[in-house]
Amino acid sequence: MRFNLNRTPTARSRFEALIRVALMAAAGLSVVTTLLIVGSLLFETVEFFGEVPIGDYLFGTKWTPQFAGAQQSFGVVPLVWGTLYLSLIALIVAVPLGLLSAIYLSEYAPNRVRKVVKPVLELLAGVPTIVFGYFALTFFTPNVLNDVFGLGVGVFNGLSAGIIMGLLVLPTIASVAEDAMSAVPSSLREGAFGLGASKLQVSLRIVFPAALSGIVAALILGASRAVGETVLVLLAAGQTPNLSVNPTESYQTMAAFIAAQARGDIPTGSIEYMTIFAVGFTLFVITLVLNLVSIRLVRKYRQVYE
Amino acid sequence: MTGAQMAAAARTQTGVIPGRTRREAAAGNGFKVLMLSAVAMAFIGLGAIIWDFASDGASVLSWNFITNFPSRVIPERAGIQSAIVGTIYLMIICAVLVVPLGVMTAVYLEEYADGNRWYNRMIEVNIQNLAGVPSVVYGILGLAFIVRGPLSMGPVLLAGGITLALLVLPVVIIVAREAIRAVPPSIREGSLALGATQWQTIWKQVLPGSIAGIATGVILALSRAIGETAPLLVVGAGVSLRFNPDGLDSSFTALPIQIFAWTQDPNEEFVTRAAGAICVLMIILLLMNSIAIWLRNRYEQKW
Repeated sequence: MRFNLNRTPTARSRFEALIRVALMAAAGLSVVTTLLIVGSLLFETVEFFGEVPIGDYLFGTKWTPQFAGAQQSFGVVPLVWGTLYLSLIALIVAVPLGLLSAIYLSEYAPNRVRKVVKPVLELLAGVPTIVFGYFALTFFTPNVLNDVFGLGVGVFNGLSAGIIMGLLVLPTIASVAEDAMSAVPSSLREGAFGLGASKLQVSLRIVFPAALSGIVAALILGASRAVGETVLVLLAAGQTPNLSVNPTESYQTMAAFIAAQARGDIPTGSIEYMTIFAVGFTLFVITLVLNLVSIRLVRKYRQVYE
Repeated sequence: MTGAQMAAAARTQTGVIPGRTRREAAAGNGFKVLMLSAVAMAFIGLGAIIWDFASDGASVLSWNFITNFPSRVIPERAGIQSAIVGTIYLMIICAVLVVPLGVMTAVYLEEYADGNRWYNRMIEVNIQNLAGVPSVVYGILGLAFIVRGPLSMGPVLLAGGITLALLVLPVVIIVAREAIRAVPPSIREGSLALGATQWQTIWKQVLPGSIAGIATGVILALSRAIGETAPLLVVGAGVSLRFNPDGLDSSFTALPIQIFAWTQDPNEEFVTRAAGAICVLMIILLLMNSIAIWLRNRYEQKW
């Protein structure tokens, strides 16, 4: 018996082909979304650089788009600095706490403790950022920083925004790092225990280095979340473009600028409108690089152990 | 603690392995304390956040607070009806868009796509990247493409809904893929061996087997969507609206936007209202998460 490989299409096979095309189109939509994001950002950004020299934007240290005439200046450095500085404070808080929690969950915690701790971290990750912002502004700044520590900080300050942002990215770092450490095969641990290593030595000298690429990916992912965080920073750090290193002062980040600027109903095509896109494009490029590095690192540790 | 007791403690800590020094045991204990304090910090942080808004906001929670419209003048009468209704509408629009698109994409990637083809790999990396794009950037997309520019809808309900749908679509795709992947290949092979076509296998076997996981993921994605503030700020959601949206092309507000506006208000009484609105938002989120957990436990297939 011979099979006819070139069967004439039946109603059913046509339907199957149609389904396949529809599913592929849906999957293609995500690519379209990316193209639309890049396209809409680029379009106005190019216009923006028609009016503001790119060197003035990238290296200028004065960000005063709200002024007119000679006072107006579009140096993005203070916004980039504010973003990186607050993210740095957040990471100083979140990295040790997140990694210690991850080691505990992966290596030490008994099952019943893990069953309590993991949902709590998930809950923390599920709290909307506006709630973190409310907490930072109405409780952490006045009651903790000022009353408990007597720092005498103003209503808007980088320290409060940074520390609470650390709390916000802690669950991200903890859960990705824990996944990486749990993926380390137990034979490595057993080998080390067999050689007489203590639990601490196994955790820090065997598991931690073996999971390093996943741990670095967790840190980058945390950094990327901090860099893109908007409302918390807008509420707690204020809206002052600032190049200082004093954490008690007010700072403005790229994301916070975008949200604040877009709220005022500015006319399409004005230079104020274009600044949203130029800053948005800068933010997009920074987070894209961070995400790509993190995706690559995660893939690397998966290839090694699975 | 005397030296003898410490030595005894060190012995019980270190077990039978000889040569373990007291210092190593102390380091092990010190590290345990460090780890537990790190975990405790997360607990304290979460506890403090909840205690803060609950103690501030409990006093304003009443039926009137939920059914009144916001007021810019009289805090005692300011309520959140338009914000709650706006949030519910946004959630419905988001679900209608995200469920078919997310599930279709997940089915394509898991059941049809050849992972060695460059375009399929591109789609995958692209989705992972989209999941990491800051939410405020989705707001810019909504502003430039939906509110103004090509679609020019204006700052209306549908524009907000589409923006949020694009934002959570990658999350839904990723979770739906995991749910579909959890259906063992033997189920598919059995169905195909009985003469079912690929689509019949997916429709009758794979999707019913993964529906609990998909539904859980959708609910979690929607609970992320309704907590988002930044994209709605950029898209141009209204503040303190004294009417409910009456169509897809109507102005709208949402709970996070109202919370944002009241938190920034110089009048303390309005800040208290923000805490009350946070209580309502968190209760909605808690309900959605409980439903998700219930669904997962009740309907999850064990293979």
